[in-house]
Amino acid sequence: MPDRTSGDLRLAGVTKTYDAFTAVDQLDLVIPRGSFFALLGPSGCGKTTTLRMVAGLDQPTIGQIWIGDRDITETKAYERNVNTVFQSYALFPHLSVIDNVAFGLRRRKVSNYKAKAMEALDLVQLAHIARKKPGQLSGGMQQRVALARAVVNRPDVLLLDEPLGALDLKLRRQMQIELKRIQCEVGLTFVHVTHDQEEAMTMADTIAVMNAGRLEQVGDPATLYEHPRSTFVANFLGQSNLLEATVTSLAGMTADLDVHGVNLRLPLDRLANGASSVWLGVRPEKLRLVLPGSTDVGGGAGNRLSGVVTDASFTGLATNYLVRLPWGQELMVVQQNDGMPRAASGEHVTLDWAPEHGFALDADQDAHAGAQDRADDSGAT
Amino acid sequence: MRWVRGHLVTIAALLVMCYMLLPNVIVIAFSFNQPKGNYNYEWQRFSLDAWTNPCGTPGMCDALGLSLRIGLVATLVATIFGTMVAFAIGRHRFRGRSSTNLLIFLPMATPEVVMGSMLLTLFIAMGIAPGTITILIAHILFCLSFVVVTVKARIASLDPRLEQAAADLFANPLQTFVRVTLPLVAPGIAAGALLAFSLSFDDYIITNFNASPSSVTFPMFVWGAAQRGTPVQINVIGTVMFLTALALVAAGQLISNRRARGAAA
Amino acid sequence: MEVTVVPPPRPARRSYTPYLLLLPGLAWLVVFFVVPTLSLASQSLQTGDVDNGYVQTWHVQTYLDALSRYWPHFLRSIAFAGTATVLTLLLAYPLAYFMTQKAGKWKNFLLVLVIAPFFTSFLIRTLAWQTILTDNGPVAELARSTHVTDALQWMRLTSNDSLMNSRFAVICGLTYNFLPFMILPLYASLDRLDHHLVEASGDLYATPVQTFWKVTWPLSLPGVVGGTLLTFIPAAGDYINSRLLGNTQTVMIGQVIDSEFLRVQDYPTAAALSFVLMFVIVLIVAVYVRRAGTEELI
Repeated sequence: MPDRTSGDLRLAGVTKTYDAFTAVDQLDLVIPRGSFFALLGPSGCGKTTTLRMVAGLDQPTIGQIWIGDRDITETKAYERNVNTVFQSYALFPHLSVIDNVAFGLRRRKVSNYKAKAMEALDLVQLAHIARKKPGQLSGGMQQRVALARAVVNRPDVLLLDEPLGALDLKLRRQMQIELKRIQCEVGLTFVHVTHDQEEAMTMADTIAVMNAGRLEQVGDPATLYEHPRSTFVANFLGQSNLLEATVTSLAGMTADLDVHGVNLRLPLDRLANGASSVWLGVRPEKLRLVLPGSTDVGGGAGNRLSGVVTDASFTGLATNYLVRLPWGQELMVVQQNDGMPRAASGEHVTLDWAPEHGFALDADQDAHAGAQDRADDSGAT
Repeated sequence: MRWVRGHLVTIAALLVMCYMLLPNVIVIAFSFNQPKGNYNYEWQRFSLDAWTNPCGTPGMCDALGLSLRIGLVATLVATIFGTMVAFAIGRHRFRGRSSTNLLIFLPMATPEVVMGSMLLTLFIAMGIAPGTITILIAHILFCLSFVVVTVKARIASLDPRLEQAAADLFANPLQTFVRVTLPLVAPGIAAGALLAFSLSFDDYIITNFNASPSSVTFPMFVWGAAQRGTPVQINVIGTVMFLTALALVAAGQLISNRRARGAAA
Repeated sequence: MEVTVVPPPRPARRSYTPYLLLLPGLAWLVVFFVVPTLSLASQSLQTGDVDNGYVQTWHVQTYLDALSRYWPHFLRSIAFAGTATVLTLLLAYPLAYFMTQKAGKWKNFLLVLVIAPFFTSFLIRTLAWQTILTDNGPVAELARSTHVTDALQWMRLTSNDSLMNSRFAVICGLTYNFLPFMILPLYASLDRLDHHLVEASGDLYATPVQTFWKVTWPLSLPGVVGGTLLTFIPAAGDYINSRLLGNTQTVMIGQVIDSEFLRVQDYPTAAALSFVLMFVIVLIVAVYVRRAGTEELI
């Protein structure tokens, strides 16, 4: 089996260009050993290209790839301790399931490959179909066989290229939990490429958000969600409301911001030094909808805006509102179905949120970055 | 009447099918004939004479043997060379790729008369006497293009990600080729070989140009017989060929069906 | 982390594999196809005969002589091949359509039935037509009684009221022999036809006939073109059908070339005729392919 000098996966200055087009631009990334790492981004952001370079199926134009203290940039794909679960599964149609799973072991001349292969099939609960051919299996089963085929080799890094894309919703959710369980059990480094931000947040310990070949932000799901550092991340992960704001004063621990004449507050540590013009961001679920005549006044420390409901969609779990503010901008509000009365279209309402739930982003950035991509993304890589 | 109109296509199709199979049926039927004269046109009476004595006609079985031998060797060489060329064109980028494609296509577009006469001219100029060797050379030539086209089509339908998966699973290029590529291309190679054999076995025009009186192939024998008199044994051979072909093609279909069920990944 | 030393971009590695793979096959083609073609070309411009040897005289007159003597045969070959091609298209299309769209589970069985005859001796099968069309046989009887023979006689396709040894028989044979070459490409093309497109057409108010012309036919064109080429090209040079099933009025250019080479042994004339035949075929094919707009087929 592979020698145990495995360590962190490191990408140093990795760039991939095709003639005039740059697919991956100066990527510097460290993926800790044994973690479940997600590469998240819209189609064409370079995440799959990056994956293929780690697998050895493509060569970086510039840059290096390290596993632990070994430079594997020049190593051929079949000599690397890296295995891939392909998006299309790529199971060998002429071999049975067990022969597929044992393929890598046999190339490495592992002695008891049969037993190890069965062990891997047990891990994905498919031992009973060992003799079948891939063509006789459903999509979900093929996906698990592909996983077993990669895991059985206990690689230094296991790459997953949007493996759940072709599965239906229920199966996908099931597999997300399965993958997480297997990763914990086996302790391998998983690098999961996906465009589905919900999937990435569910499964990964750390997420790297990519856009147009560059890294936008790296961090754990909660940090990325609550403290996005760019409009792209703010819009790509979940949804964000972005308000044009100008800093009016900085006092004590809070900053005062002017948003179209309304004074809103933001904790000072959320504001970049010397920023004067920013996007003030707040997530839809953080906004509380207060109906007129409600006795709920809330504390005086909250931010308040008034508006008119233009759309109310009840989804069962929650109600999604669109509220038009006096200056024309529409905010998204998500109200959990907690039994409180719902507002109807046309009603005047007040939006209330705690200042510490807001975040500030540089006003130079495009407020729509990341939002359009999500809407158009239909599953292609 | 409405039924006819609604099923026009079906009726037409079945009629065409009959048109296609009629000669074969005649061949089979008349292998059981006992004709009065030299020619086997009219039904006289039922007889198993031809079947019990298939090699009764002088020269026929020798011709058959020669055709089989030439067919096997030509198929072997054409399949090997052709598969190599198909892989080169189908899997690699190189300068002159489109010209090579054209060169492969040209023999298929050349009428047999022209091809036969070209080769005869060449052999005369090179001082090689027509005979078995020249026939063999000619057969390999025209089979080559057909093998290339057949195998190339199969290679094109191969999912390149399977070979990437093999490399990902520690198979070096040779192992990938032997364990993944070759098994998946094999049906195409088999089809190409089958095509080559049937083209070679059945060829008359080109063979005739490049043969000598001592190298009579089966088609040449049949041609001669058509002038002199058609022995019933010819029909026997024709029937056997048809049934063998049916069996082979049916077997091929069954195998590919079974593979398809296992390969719908 | 240490400073990353950026290595220079790696040069692409030249692989020799394709050239090695190509070598035997291409060498064979060059020696036994390209060279003979050139040799044939040069032969057509020589003068002399078998006994006294040949001299390269660039004698273009050979071409003109050959053409003036044999232009009827050329025309006849093109006409026969063209007619046979059209007929095969008319016959093959319904069969291919039926096999791909309506046959369901019988599809593979029918495919076997179409391919199997192709692998049996072409000469023997053509000889069978002599039996089918013989004067005393049931087919001839039927044709006579239904006056089909009279109609064919009026079209000058029969010879002396006989279906055998006539133009009709030759065209019959040509059509029959090249039918699989038309069926298989059509089959491949129609097999890929998405049935939903036909349904969508009906949903948009097209009658079955309109659907055929506007949807099915255009989408099957690559198969039509492929099949036409695979039929016309060999048919133009064929002479087996005309020898076995025809008469002295149906001599095709292939026969002429054969006899010039092997009997008369007038090699320059034969070579010239070969080239003219090649040229005519290439010309017709080029015009056809250009008009059909499917250059990428080749």
